[in-house]
Amino acid sequence: MAGQSGEQAYRLKVGLAEMLKGGVIMDVTTAEQAKIAEAAGAVAVMALERVPADIRKEGGVARMASVQVIRSIMEAVSIPVMAKVRIGHAAEAQILQALEVDYIDESEVLTPADEEHHIYKHPFEVPFVCGARNLGEALRRIAEGAALIRTKGEAGSGNVVEAVRHIRAIVREIKLLATLPEEELMSEAKKMGAPYELVRQVARDGRLPVPNFSAGGIATPADAALVMQLGAEAAFVGSGIFKSSDPERRAKAVVKAVTHYNDPAVLLQCSEQLGEAMRGLDVARLEEKDLLQTRGW
Amino acid sequence: MAIQGDFQAHSQALARLDVPFRFVKKASELSGLAGLILPGGESTTCLKFLVEEELFEPIREFAAGHPVFGTCAGAILMADKVENPSQASLGLVRMTLRRNAYGRQLASSIRILDPEPELDLGPEAGRALEAVLIRAPVILEVGPQVRVLARTDGRPVLVREGLRLAGTFHPELTSDTRVHRYFCNMALDSSAE
Repeated sequence: MAGQSGEQAYRLKVGLAEMLKGGVIMDVTTAEQAKIAEAAGAVAVMALERVPADIRKEGGVARMASVQVIRSIMEAVSIPVMAKVRIGHAAEAQILQALEVDYIDESEVLTPADEEHHIYKHPFEVPFVCGARNLGEALRRIAEGAALIRTKGEAGSGNVVEAVRHIRAIVREIKLLATLPEEELMSEAKKMGAPYELVRQVARDGRLPVPNFSAGGIATPADAALVMQLGAEAAFVGSGIFKSSDPERRAKAVVKAVTHYNDPAVLLQCSEQLGEAMRGLDVARLEEKDLLQTRGW
Repeated sequence: MAIQGDFQAHSQALARLDVPFRFVKKASELSGLAGLILPGGESTTCLKFLVEEELFEPIREFAAGHPVFGTCAGAILMADKVENPSQASLGLVRMTLRRNAYGRQLASSIRILDPEPELDLGPEAGRALEAVLIRAPVILEVGPQVRVLARTDGRPVLVREGLRLAGTFHPELTSDTRVHRYFCNMALDSSAE
């Protein structure tokens, strides 16, 4: 990407996200898991130290995965490799860029390094994906340079309810903006705490300026189909696959369900003989301090 | 072909030319089409679908009588030989492609193309033609019947063999209509015959 103008570099960052549409990005912690994900048809893998369900269970500080693990995953597969950094941890992101990962996820799943500021992402050559719970949060991250948005959901819960809440919120807010007259957009920008120019752009185009994927709690092919039906353009699946009883089979089924999200006959096929799904949590019973989605703003 | 990838971007490119389109996920949906576009995306993911959902042969049959256009991952699927790693393909164009040949995402770039006159058509003729290369493959070798329609840095990036058009870049990610216009003209000529 060297020698490219800022505008060209940003188009290339968003361009890679365009290529991932209609696909599934799977969390992996080892090269073996990455190979299973690739063989199942994942469009990319997300390298991390522990899947969110284990982070939740074991506690402690969750950081960027070890360089050796990420490198071994990059060597094991030919599809794009993403890796997570802590919110606000620019140095972890610089390390991942030097390692040449294909995408960086500034993620609430890891323990935040900065409770006030996210990374200023424009100067990086590697593209960033960030989580959001509503349109204002999505536009703040895009203003900082994110080239892809994923709704946060509640990672590691195996419960799709928060992913549904967040994709519905963003889709609804976009539709609403598109109906407003020009003179109401400034006030709307103030209310949602988002840059005015981006608010105007969304109002004019009726969509985010970058692709919008879904994440956080997707555990079954039906969950993946649901978020796609609600307007997500691809799905991130974390603990849902490698915390189930038959990861290979489930990974394939989720991939197929995302492509055929509107075809109940295929969804039925995908849902046959899957074995046990991950157990899952009732998000309503989680304490505020145990929620991952409230990290970052 | 709407299995996975940037098929929406292709549909927008067709819409700019007022060309009607539909998304294809099943073999039965191919019937009645004048041409087929295999979009950019992840070639390994798309390839698995083509095999598992028994689309491999129907696409080859369709391609025997109709124009097919592949971009990036689509071009990888159309090649007859693929390296890095080697993988199966439809064998629609006699060429050897190397996947991710420039490197990882950091090596993605936007370059200016050097088009042949037959590609330089429509209202944009004469203007610089951009090639958006994203984790792009490189065409290492082409067969004797393959015509090179555009190059960057001396390497072929858009080639044609009969009714098959394959590019390693993404014209669908620009507002330039020349490459899609060229393909739609192929489809018009082919259905007129």
